[in-house]
Amino acid sequence: MDNDRVDQIIDKHQGEASSLIQVLLEIQTENHWLPKEALERVSEKLQVPLARIQHIATFYKAFSLVPKGRHEIHICVGTACHVRGATRVLDTVQDLTGIKPGETDLDLKFSLETVNCLGCCALGPVMEIDGKTHGKIAPGETADVLKSFE
Amino acid sequence: MPRINSPSELEKLRQGILSDRDPEKPCITLCSGSACHATGSGDVAASIEAEIEKQGLSAELDLRKTGCHGFCERGPIIVNHPEESCYFQIKPEDAPEIVSQAVKEKGIVERLLYTDPNTDEKIINESEIPFYKNQERLVFGSNGSIDPKSIDDYLAIGGYSALEKALSQMTPEQVLEEVKKSNLRGRGGGGFPAGRKWEESRNAPGDIKYVIVNADEGDPGAYMDRSLLEGNPHSVLEGLMIGAYAIGSHEGYIYVRQEYPLAVKNLAIALTQAEEYGFLGKNILGSDFNFNIIVHKGAGAFVCGESSALMTALEGRAGEPRPKYIHTAVKGVWDNPSVLNNVETWANVPLIINKGADWFTKIGTEKSKGTKIFSLVGKITNTGLVEVPMGMTLRDIIYEIGGGIPGGKKFKAVQTGGPSGGCIPENLLDLEVGFDELSKAGSMMGSGGMIVMDEDICMVDVARYFIDFLTDESCGKCVPCREGLRQMLKVLTNITEGKGNEGDIELLEELSEVAKEASLCALGTSAPNPFLSTVRYFRDEYEAHIKEKRCPALSCKELIAYHIDPDKCQACMICARKCPADAVDGGKKKIHIINQEKCTKCGTCFEVCPSRFSAVQKISGESVPPPIAEEKRIITRKSKEK
Amino acid sequence: MSDILVRIDGKEVEASEGMTVLEAAQSAGISIPTLCHHEKLEPFGGCRLCIVEVQVGDWMKRVVSCVYLVEKNLVVRTRSEMIDKIRKMILELQLAHAPDSPELLDLAKEYGADKDRFDKEASFCIHCGLCVRYCDEVKKKNAVGFVDRGIRKEISFIPEIAAKECWDCKECFPLCPTEALQAAFVLTKSLISPPPSREPTSEE
Repeated sequence: MDNDRVDQIIDKHQGEASSLIQVLLEIQTENHWLPKEALERVSEKLQVPLARIQHIATFYKAFSLVPKGRHEIHICVGTACHVRGATRVLDTVQDLTGIKPGETDLDLKFSLETVNCLGCCALGPVMEIDGKTHGKIAPGETADVLKSFE
Repeated sequence: MPRINSPSELEKLRQGILSDRDPEKPCITLCSGSACHATGSGDVAASIEAEIEKQGLSAELDLRKTGCHGFCERGPIIVNHPEESCYFQIKPEDAPEIVSQAVKEKGIVERLLYTDPNTDEKIINESEIPFYKNQERLVFGSNGSIDPKSIDDYLAIGGYSALEKALSQMTPEQVLEEVKKSNLRGRGGGGFPAGRKWEESRNAPGDIKYVIVNADEGDPGAYMDRSLLEGNPHSVLEGLMIGAYAIGSHEGYIYVRQEYPLAVKNLAIALTQAEEYGFLGKNILGSDFNFNIIVHKGAGAFVCGESSALMTALEGRAGEPRPKYIHTAVKGVWDNPSVLNNVETWANVPLIINKGADWFTKIGTEKSKGTKIFSLVGKITNTGLVEVPMGMTLRDIIYEIGGGIPGGKKFKAVQTGGPSGGCIPENLLDLEVGFDELSKAGSMMGSGGMIVMDEDICMVDVARYFIDFLTDESCGKCVPCREGLRQMLKVLTNITEGKGNEGDIELLEELSEVAKEASLCALGTSAPNPFLSTVRYFRDEYEAHIKEKRCPALSCKELIAYHIDPDKCQACMICARKCPADAVDGGKKKIHIINQEKCTKCGTCFEVCPSRFSAVQKISGESVPPPIAEEKRIITRKSKEK
Repeated sequence: MSDILVRIDGKEVEASEGMTVLEAAQSAGISIPTLCHHEKLEPFGGCRLCIVEVQVGDWMKRVVSCVYLVEKNLVVRTRSEMIDKIRKMILELQLAHAPDSPELLDLAKEYGADKDRFDKEASFCIHCGLCVRYCDEVKKKNAVGFVDRGIRKEISFIPEIAAKECWDCKECFPLCPTEALQAAFVLTKSLISPPPSREPTSEE
């Protein structure tokens, strides 16, 4: 993401230091990750120490300091999904993709994350890929779902 | 849309809207909340719209996409007005029938009606369905009848009349008194009397005061606030405006999880509309009250649901809680008096102002007034959001409304209060929901998450699950929480893996005590609750794990093995084909054997083995029987002999 | 500044408004153990070691004395069975990270804490935050900060800033009760090249 775009986002939030998290969220949503150069630009323009930005970028789960895969897999591990067997779904997906939550595979195809409650508890266990929700998913069904992605 | 500048202009507008609407005109309301959306209500909406067009009924029939109706297990849901007939689990291909019947008097599509599981009778009206019948949906009810993106819909049901009354007929002190009199207590988990908090802020020194909506609903399994924000955002805004007026605040914040995109979107639309109509900005409804609202999205941290952490996050910093020796009502955001309340708490305020504190206090119990919305989830037949008066028993909620445990399984415990709460066993199901009852049993009502657990759930794993959650979500600042939970997780994980030792329970109790007494914030002080309540009521499970290396619920992966009973296996090949680890050895006439080295314990074989065979067993605490001899594995399938 | 009379461990102490219980105790020569406290820094309230029992009227509660402000008629107890129990556990938990820390070992002796109670942890940082806060509040350079949260929380230098600022400073080093800070710095040093004009000093 180039500096001009970062500047635009910062100006949209009136260049206020308190809007730091909102600025980072916008960059993350648009760019799918937070490159170091973008963080340095934000630090400079908002006059916020880079150490604080670093803390925020690692404290909050929405942010990623590394590029994400083309397809983001979210598996809900909230309590309702947990009691309906989400752990088994997660384990199976980990085996199939070869990555653990928080990781991206080497082809930059899949990123895997756990989420704590998407609020679709009636559909538990829930796996969400690219915004599409797969409800009542059984471990044995995940392979077919993942196969459909390039 | 010209700005509304006085109460009379508002009434004129409202009458105008109502007179334009014919209450007898057929209207299909379709639940379009996030969960129903995930089950395809978007496609259903598209097909109904197309069908209305196709049948030339655009002038006679309306489709309204509403927020969550609450009966999430059976979504997508349709309620036909004015008949109040209710259809469930709608698919796009049902559209033609639904549309044709909607314009006929008393027309119904029988196959889409609810069937009473006890009597097999079909029930037509929403209000007679057991799930809805026993609820009292004062706050949540409107979700099913308004389009959240339409402020006119909200006005048509009386929206913003409470704000009108407060600004034109009451002083801020009178509004405050009414809320105090109602005894409204926070619905986010703390249960602190809202009126008292408001008063503290009102009386605190300073000209800048903030009102904040805590929409960082983080308890896993709880989604009441999300559905309220998605389905009726104006009710929350109206409550916030009234609160701001009472306290003397001119700036409000809504801290909402970014994981709730539909809620964020509908809030933004509602705010734009409120501004346009003049409910926000300067001189609202012609009074001298000015008020603006800013939305701040959360970035994924459970701890930010804690009020001081939330305020720290609003300031643009990492959400670490602060000591609250001085209440945030006095020193909050940037050290200014700040009133923070939960979404549901704010949504109750317009009702209290409109109908009066006296009305409100007649609902509920002596110490817990009003209703509470719960998310009834887990091992329950009727998963969904339910709103009941305080004082209803857990038993009634789970059985009368929830329809009990599915699959013929036995109830084991209900977990309330999220990671700060605990598990309540069967013999305490007659406890009443409210702020104080459940705490005596070692749990708490919390924000409303109610997770039902059956005999297949391991209570030691439940404790481990919550501690695991908290080790990730803890801000990490203080030792009793960060280090205490670190050690607790290790011990609990060991226990679930068969590596527990004598003395583990005592160590966990000691760590719990220190966390409870010395943690910086409520996340830490309440973190031990899931462990403490499960060891209180299910100590035998802990002891089985530690002493016998056995999981009584047959759940902990390291302590169970899947085994195919050679006497029951009919070599149907289903499990062999479905096994994701290729761990089933067998053939069409060869009894299947699970290769224990390859087995990942995913449980697929157990799920797919036809129930008439039920050949797959789970074993714990004993060794897997050795495989039978090769010759003995050849069989002829019994069904072929019939 | 009005004088506030408080009672600490039975002793009457004169304190002024705005003072913390810790400051009041220290002024009267009553010792309360601390780890994350430093006179030049804003109170942190993270280690919880300075926890004390306070009584206002009939109400007893446990608070961290480095943050809690004195009030009229406050009665403070700096030791009790529960206080000692809490301090012992805090020390044992910290010693799992830094079993060789002289500060921790001294306190461990006083409270009977067993440095081997818990298995040793990989990270020796005990998160007192002294380095981060000193660099932020006193030096205003922010060369080192926290990363992540929960049990994964760590301290981390920003290599570019450290390269510029830390060589001639290192004022945070003596503040660290463990070796963690020095270890983090050495790690960072291996990632950045020193300025060309410098000769390595005897300690490097």
